Amino acid sequence: MKKVLAAVTVSLLAASAAAQSKQLEIFSWWAGDEGPALEALVKLYKAKYPAVDVQNATVTGGSGVNARAVLKTRMLGGDPPDSFQVHAGQELTGTWVAAGRMDDLSALYKEQGWNKVFPKGLLDLISTNGKPWVVPVNVHRSNVMWYNPAKLREWGITPPKTWDQFFATCKTLQAKGITPLEVGENWTQQHLWESVALGTLGPADYLNLWNRKLKFNSPKAIKVWENFGKVLACTNTDASGLSWQQAIDKVVSGEAAFNIMGDWAAGYLSTTLKLEAGTGFGYVASPGTNGTFIMLADAFGLPKGVKNKTEVTNWLRLLGSKAGQDAFNPLKGSISPRNDSDLSKYSKYSQSAARDFRTNKIVGSLVHGAAANETFMSNFATVMEIYLSTKSATKAANAAEAIATQSNLGK
Amino acid sequence: MANAKQPILKNTPSPKTASKKPMDFDRLYAALLLIPSIILVGIFVYGFIGQTMYTSLTNWGQDPAQTLALNPQLKYIGFQNYGDLFTGLLDSRFRQDLVSTLFFTVFFIAGSLGMGLILAVMLDQNPKGESFFRTLFLFPMSLSFIVTGTIWRWLLQPGGGFNQLGNSALNTLFGTDKQYFGFQWLNTRQQVWQFNWQDVPFYTALVVGLVFFYLAYQAWQNRNTNRMIVAAISGLVLLVWGIIWGRNAEWLYPIPEDHGFNLAFIGIIIAAVWQMAGYTMALYLAGIRGIPEDLREAARVDGCTEIQIYQKIILPLLTPITLSAVIILGHISLKIFDLVFAMAGADNATTDVPALLMYLTSFRSNQFAKGAAISMVLLVLVAAVIVPYLYTSLRKERR
Repeated sequence: MKKVLAAVTVSLLAASAAAQSKQLEIFSWWAGDEGPALEALVKLYKAKYPAVDVQNATVTGGSGVNARAVLKTRMLGGDPPDSFQVHAGQELTGTWVAAGRMDDLSALYKEQGWNKVFPKGLLDLISTNGKPWVVPVNVHRSNVMWYNPAKLREWGITPPKTWDQFFATCKTLQAKGITPLEVGENWTQQHLWESVALGTLGPADYLNLWNRKLKFNSPKAIKVWENFGKVLACTNTDASGLSWQQAIDKVVSGEAAFNIMGDWAAGYLSTTLKLEAGTGFGYVASPGTNGTFIMLADAFGLPKGVKNKTEVTNWLRLLGSKAGQDAFNPLKGSISPRNDSDLSKYSKYSQSAARDFRTNKIVGSLVHGAAANETFMSNFATVMEIYLSTKSATKAANAAEAIATQSNLGK
Repeated sequence: MANAKQPILKNTPSPKTASKKPMDFDRLYAALLLIPSIILVGIFVYGFIGQTMYTSLTNWGQDPAQTLALNPQLKYIGFQNYGDLFTGLLDSRFRQDLVSTLFFTVFFIAGSLGMGLILAVMLDQNPKGESFFRTLFLFPMSLSFIVTGTIWRWLLQPGGGFNQLGNSALNTLFGTDKQYFGFQWLNTRQQVWQFNWQDVPFYTALVVGLVFFYLAYQAWQNRNTNRMIVAAISGLVLLVWGIIWGRNAEWLYPIPEDHGFNLAFIGIIIAAVWQMAGYTMALYLAGIRGIPEDLREAARVDGCTEIQIYQKIILPLLTPITLSAVIILGHISLKIFDLVFAMAGADNATTDVPALLMYLTSFRSNQFAKGAAISMVLLVLVAAVIVPYLYTSLRKERR
């Protein structure tokens, strides 16, 4: 009897020791609606590696505003989470990679053959000098214009293809007392700005803004602010008090004609509001951006000096795999960056977005961390305020140029 | 202390041993009790203030390769961050925040004191259910600013709360379907009482000059001719300098900056006053009740009306309470952060305050040194409110 007990105790101790040595802490801001998608991934991981103790360290707050602050204090305090969520692109490379805090994932990419399955535009965004730094899990599109098809028919208009067409439509709608374009709080205005910038500049010059080949105060870039001002003249006056959901609600109810928002709106419209894609709500690329896909993606990387490197690498393998991505994305309402994902699992909107993602030119989003580093992103809010209070395109452009220089944009 | 007790102890047989031993033990005991807290406060309060001060003099955050590195290499750059905050092109938001704080503080203190005094005077009339009302008025105090902010954000939205209530009330009354109210409590960008930040040197010279003239006036009353002349000349020189070089100081700021009181702050001030008026009411009520009834009786016998009693007796006696309330409210208004965050969000520059900007600068745009500089400016502002108060109250205690 004693022997058995001792054996049990020893094996229990061994098990707990093993469990203690095999841990994986996943740091993300996926709570609430996005929680189940993360759960699905963790479930897959646990099925493969049952001995690992997975800790879900979620910090709530939209777009990771709070999580990023917590992450910073943890990293600076020398307690990095094993793997943390980050927006793919400059938010990572301009901040953590520049500071020498991340491990290069070239070997893992080679082993898994990811260089072939991820599109080139995406690989460019997540790499510096040919070295990839993160594994992207999902892709969202930022330049989508949403509308209510029944209402547009009633008003006798069609979704404008360019900004000039939009300004004409704007006049028609304003004459009828309808808000042409509904915007919400501060960040949704910046979100609108990047769609205007792409629609005004075209993809090549849009990319040149972020790699500093085109100056922010060059005449071309000043034109963006002028257009943006004209677009703002077509928007509602109570913007700063509205969340993006409230803004799109006005489109659904017919008080406003259009709204430009990322495609998480599709999830909100179909899941929460129970509208049918195509009939209940319509979607086109925002004016002037047809054929271009402003991308943002969530990704995970491998911080330097983590204790459980093997577990983290296994986690990254799962994130990049077809099975992992197709378990996660349909629940999250995003699409998989892999070009071999199983589209039958996705919603009607997501299928069309995935088709666009595979054929369109891909550029990065500013507000959602792909195009610029955190310092520029955060200070861009100040540029926006300068524009909103002075209404001067030149002043805003000069301020943007100053911030770009100050934050070492594009390096 | 030891000296005071010496005469008594002198009469005892062996004064030295008898006096020293217990005193030493007492001192040791006191020191032992005090040392841990002195060390802890020294490290965790003053040590970190010192570190923040040092951080604010470095370039932490300017070079992305160093900003979040494991051991960031910081370079000492002197007061450049402070210079940027007060004169730099990109930091006009900070200067607007300073102006906003000033306006917020003034209206918040005036509102809280006024409301609190009115409520206290009303309760002082011994109405029916006085204790019920007292609790009711004090109740908002028990909420956190986040809760208050969230509730008031709902109430003050253009499409919700007050506007909706008013509209539906008027519509039922008149049987119409109109939008009567559309107050932009929190969303407006309109500014009033604007002034050009380039005029700051002039205003500073004006204020300091007036102080000099006041000193000169005092000296004249005390018949101190020398001092009067010096003070008057200093004030005059400052004023002349301010008028000639202080206005439109283009040598200091590249572009004119109009800063003023953002009307969007009205909503936040309403919420803040709603929360803190109960507190000032409690202070005032305690003060009023502390005034002996004899005084009032004597005044009534002398033929004072009720209003005159408040005017001549009660309000003057409440001055110290007002002063301490001003101090407390003033420092609340300098550290206000959660209320603004909950009501208007972090990103609206129209309703921004320095504490919020400090958070954004440090933890969103990774400019730790500049964030530290903002917090040092805030520290100086708080000290400007608290230190004179502590100084006078300590001096009073010593008397």
